[in-house]
Order: sequence, then structure tokens, then C-alpha cells
Amino acid sequence: MTVLTRRAAAMLVMAVCTVYFLTPLWWLFVGATKSGGRGVGLWFDHFQLGANVRAVLTYQDGIFVRWLVNSVGYTVGAAALGTLLAGMCGYALAKYRFPGREAIFNVVLGGVLVPATALALPLFLLFSKAHAANTFWAVFLPSLVNPFGVYLARIYAASSVPDELLEAARIDGSGEVRTFFTLSVRLMAPAFVTIFLFHFVAVWNNFLLPLIMLGNQKLFPVTLGLYTWNSQVDQRPELRGLVLVGAFVSLAPMIIAFLALQRFWRSGLGAGSIK
Amino acid sequence: MRRSIAVVLLSTLALTACSSTDSSGAEKTAASCAPASGPVTLTFTSWVPDIQKVVDIWNKANPAIQVTVQTGPNGNGGTYQNFFNQLKAGNAPDLGQIEYDALPSFRVQDGLTDLAGCSDVTAAKDQFVDWTWNQVSFGEQGHVYAVPQDAGPMALFYRKDLFEKNNIKVPTTWQEYADAAVKVKAAGGYITNFSNSDINQFAGFAWQAGAHWFTNDGTNWTVDLTDPATTKVAGYWQDLIDKKLVSAVPPWTDEWNNAYNESKAWTWVSAVWGANSIATGAPKTSGKWAVAPMPQWNAGDQVAGNWGGSSTAVFKGSKHPYEAAKFALWLNTSSEALTELNKVANLYPAAKSGSALPALSEGVAFYGDQKIYDVFSTASGQVKPDFTWGPTMTQTYADASDGFKAAVSGQGTLLKALQDAQASTIQTLKSQSIPVKE
Repeated sequence: MTVLTRRAAAMLVMAVCTVYFLTPLWWLFVGATKSGGRGVGLWFDHFQLGANVRAVLTYQDGIFVRWLVNSVGYTVGAAALGTLLAGMCGYALAKYRFPGREAIFNVVLGGVLVPATALALPLFLLFSKAHAANTFWAVFLPSLVNPFGVYLARIYAASSVPDELLEAARIDGSGEVRTFFTLSVRLMAPAFVTIFLFHFVAVWNNFLLPLIMLGNQKLFPVTLGLYTWNSQVDQRPELRGLVLVGAFVSLAPMIIAFLALQRFWRSGLGAGSIK
Repeated sequence: MRRSIAVVLLSTLALTACSSTDSSGAEKTAASCAPASGPVTLTFTSWVPDIQKVVDIWNKANPAIQVTVQTGPNGNGGTYQNFFNQLKAGNAPDLGQIEYDALPSFRVQDGLTDLAGCSDVTAAKDQFVDWTWNQVSFGEQGHVYAVPQDAGPMALFYRKDLFEKNNIKVPTTWQEYADAAVKVKAAGGYITNFSNSDINQFAGFAWQAGAHWFTNDGTNWTVDLTDPATTKVAGYWQDLIDKKLVSAVPPWTDEWNNAYNESKAWTWVSAVWGANSIATGAPKTSGKWAVAPMPQWNAGDQVAGNWGGSSTAVFKGSKHPYEAAKFALWLNTSSEALTELNKVANLYPAAKSGSALPALSEGVAFYGDQKIYDVFSTASGQVKPDFTWGPTMTQTYADASDGFKAAVSGQGTLLKALQDAQASTIQTLKSQSIPVKE
């Protein structure tokens, strides 16, 4: 009885949370299937998702597709490279002793506390000096930086890469770089996946930096593109519907990334528990 | 990691760098306006959708003056802030779209090129509706800081069928409008929706009534959001709200569209671009609407308000003001550009010649084939020429609409909201070291 009620209570809490988190998504999905974004509500009328998606993809000569490609470019590129950099950095901080190690780590930790928003304007002024504002690099380069990833990689490397293993590798004649890529990377894989996912989401959702940096519509990521459309609604009322559908379509890559990577993630979280 | 440190250090440097730059004093003389010797490339930032199509026409005909389009969200959505950042960084575009109510903020920050040195521009004065020229010259003789682009003269959209069916006279004065509101309520509708979160509509009402929210005597600004005209307008709408004769759903929402689509709201006193908002928001009511002049405060008057409109400005730092001004004039006076601007974004031209455009002289099916643009053309000539915007409108709007939202939900009044916005505006001007008289 008590077990049963406790379980029921737990299920209730979970159910409420699920509804809370999924309702906006559901609303977006339903909104994306309606004609012309007409009418709010949580149920369908005139289901026409296919036609809507086609309309978004072809509007203004298919600029939305361009934005999606840009977003994937910024995101996958920055997340992959940023994860590698953060992983190497965290690994070095965990496994090598050198003067200034803690100082460097503390500076990186400080970096976690500085919100990206606060850096956008200074970065714009910097890139303007270098005549590189309004270019691909103006958004890509700052997106590589991931101090939280460094922190995570250090903690994980400290606990999951045994020093004895590194000693053995050295005795067998493996160089440090080779050891890192053949041995440590595999041991740290779950941390890499986590860092990659966080980084992916952060860059995909990044909005302020592109807003400040970019004026060329062909360089926009999808977030900025949709925002721009949304602000033109009073001149182009049909954009109301297209923004909804576009927002829905732009979720797809994130869902794919999560579904594809969660396998690795789970195995990593489980691995530590047997110890 | 080294990269992270570099970024932290560099950004600290950048922060100090930008705090140490001081703004130079405003120049009193107009910039020189000489043509360049060779081919020129200009950059132009605008959020008009598909502006590229308009610019393409120019680029094809002017190989020596090529214009590159940059775009972004609407002004208050981020593009104005970008302009200020770019002015600071020294890479502002040559030309930019700026709404009339934002021009003064660029003027006080000394971000605009005075085009009075370009004889083409000064000669074009008579091509524009008088009040739009005042918006870009701030009434200063011998100065002009932008070329007017579009305008938002206001009129009364009303449900002709419902007014006739219920035997209600189409109001010509605000008194008649209030009387009609009672009858409409009795017939089961609301005469209109009071725009509680978009204060620009109210500004248009105040403009019509003869308000002077801001004045500038050359050095000092005076803020008067509660002058007699504005107080009268605020009291009028407060009364309708108190008597529940108007609805107050947030504007530009589905709820708002539905109110019109389901015949719950019967009129809308709005700008010329509102014609398109109703047509797309309330498709079920096609053919049932008509447009009449804005109700007047005194019977027999002929005064209109304005809601919206923007200009094309040349930014300080542009190396080619002559060519930039030439393009801006073409964009806003030539019939090919005005036709295309009207087609891609429903812009209603500030140029007098605009009313002769074919698209603006035809009957509109949604309005029962009425030639509605004739009404707006007349209205545009009746807008009071001496209304000036302040240099911190973003803040003024935000504060006033906060108060309006509260007033509509029964806390405080519209007048109280304006009094508060008055105080906070003066505060903001002071904090930005803009001279203000109290």
C-alpha cells in the first residue's frame, strides 16, 4: 500500500513534469501544421504540415535552407573542434604537472562565470578592428571557446585515466600525443560526448553574437533568420506562420544529435557506477 | 585553454577601449558633398523584406554606384543597437533605414551625416509631404539628416455592413465615436481594441490632438508627455476603458486577429499599413470594411495623426555622401522604386508623387472596392507638421506601455502611466548627459 502510493506519487510528479516540458513542443508542432499559423490551440485543424514545410523551405528563394546549413556549419564545426580543444586542455591540466597549472585552471573557471552575452560587444569591436565582422569567422571563432568543457574534461580525466596506464604507455615507447589520441580519448569518450552535446546546444541556440556580428543575410544562422522574419511580420503577415514552422523544423537537428549520441552518454554514466 | 585566456584578456582590453572613447562634439556645418572620381560601392542596411529586389533595379542601371544590401531584424529588434555599435567601431554602413521616432537618438549621438550640403537633397524638399520633411530635418532650417521613405497617415477602418445594419452613423468626431461605442456594445461587439502594449497608436492619437511630447530649442530638450492635448486623449480612452466599451487584448496576436475575424471588433483607427493587417488577419470579413477619415476633436476640423514611417539616413563616416544621397533620393522618389517598395513591403511613400502610383489609386476588393488610398493620401496632407520625437523613445515607449498595460487591467490610469513615463524619460536623458529642461 505505502509502496504503491509512493510509486503513484512519484509517477504523478513525473507526469506533471513531462506535461510541463512537452506542452510547448506540442503547441509548436500543432501550430506548425495549421494553415497560415492561424489560431492558437493545442489541437489540429486543416493538417498541412507538408505544405507548410515546403512553403518555409522555398520562401525568398530558399533562404531558410541556407540558414539551416549555416547553423549546421557553425554548430558541428565549432562543437567538434571546441570539444577537442577543451578535451586536450582538460586532459593536460589533469595529467601534467607544470608551474602555473592551478592559475590557468582558475582563469578557465573564471571564464565559466563570464556570460557569453557580456562578451558579444567587445568581440564585435575586436573583429571590427580586424576587419572581420560580418564574416563566417566572426561567429565561428568565438564559438570554439568552451571553458566549462575544459573543467568537465579535467575532472573526468583525473578520475578515469589512471596514471599507471600512462606510465605503461610511456615505457612502451608511445609519445604523449599518440597516447592521448589512442588511449586517453577512448577512456574519456563519455566526457567528450557530454561536452560535445552541451557545446552543440549552446552554439545552435547562440543568438546574440550572430545578431551583433552579421549583416549579410546569407551568413545568418537559423535562430537569427527566424528572429528577423518574426520582426517583419507587420509588413509580411504571412511570416507569422512561417516562423512557427521554421522553429519546428529547426528543432530537428538537435533531436537527431541527442538521439544519436545518447547511447554513448548512457554507457559512460553507467561505467562509473560499477567501481 | 590558452585561447580562453586570450579571449578573457582581450575582451577586458576591448572593454576599457570602448569606455575611453569619447564622443566628439556635434558638427554644426553640413558635410561636403562632392562626387567621387571612380566607381563606388555603398552598403545599405534595411529590414524591409526583399529590399534586395528594389536595390537590384538600381544596381542594374548604375554600374558606377553599386549598393550592397545588409539586413537584420527591425530597428528596435536589434538593428538600431547594431548601428550604434558599428558607429563606435567605425564600420557603419553608408546608408541605413531609421524610423522617424528613432532619428533623434542618432542625431544626439552625432551618428548622421547632414545632407544639407548635397544640393540634390535640398532641392528635393518639395517632392515630399511637408510633415515628413520636418521629421528628417527636426525643423532646423538649412539641415537635413535623412531622406523620408514611408509614412503612416491614420484613418478610420470600420465595418460598413455592421454600422449600416445597426443603423449607426459613421463617426466623424471623437464624441460621435464614443456615442457609437455604446451602440456597438449594445449590438454585441466592441467598437475597437485599445492597443495596450503598442503605445505608438496612442502617440498617433496624441499627435492628431496637437500634442508636443518633445521640443528642442537648439540646446535643451523639453519633455511634456502630459501636455493638455495628451491629457485630453488619455482621459478620453480611459473613459472608454472604464466603461468597458473597448476591448484590450494585446495587439498583433491571434486573439487580436480573431476579434476582427469574428466580427467582435468593429473599427480600428490605424495607419495606412493597417489595411494589410486587417486583410490578412480577418479574411472572413472581406468586402465588409470601409475607410473614413479619422474622427476629429472639433466638428469640421481636418487633422490626421501618423503612426509609423521611416527614412533613409546616411551615417557619419560614409566616404561617399554624394552617391549615398543620390541612391536615397532614387529609392524614395522614383516611381519604379516606390512601386517596388509598395509591392514587396506595402510601404506607403512619403513622396507626394506616391499617391499617383497605380497600386495606390485602385479600388481594393477587401474594402468593397473602395479607393481607400485616396483617404490616406488626403490624411497624409493633414498630419500636423510640428510633432517631434525624443532622443530616447525606446525607453519612453517601454515605460509608458508598462503603465498602459497596468491601466488596462485596472491598476492606475493612462494619465498616471504617462506621468511616470515623463519622469523616467527625464531621468534617462539626464543619465545620458543629454541637456534637458525641467
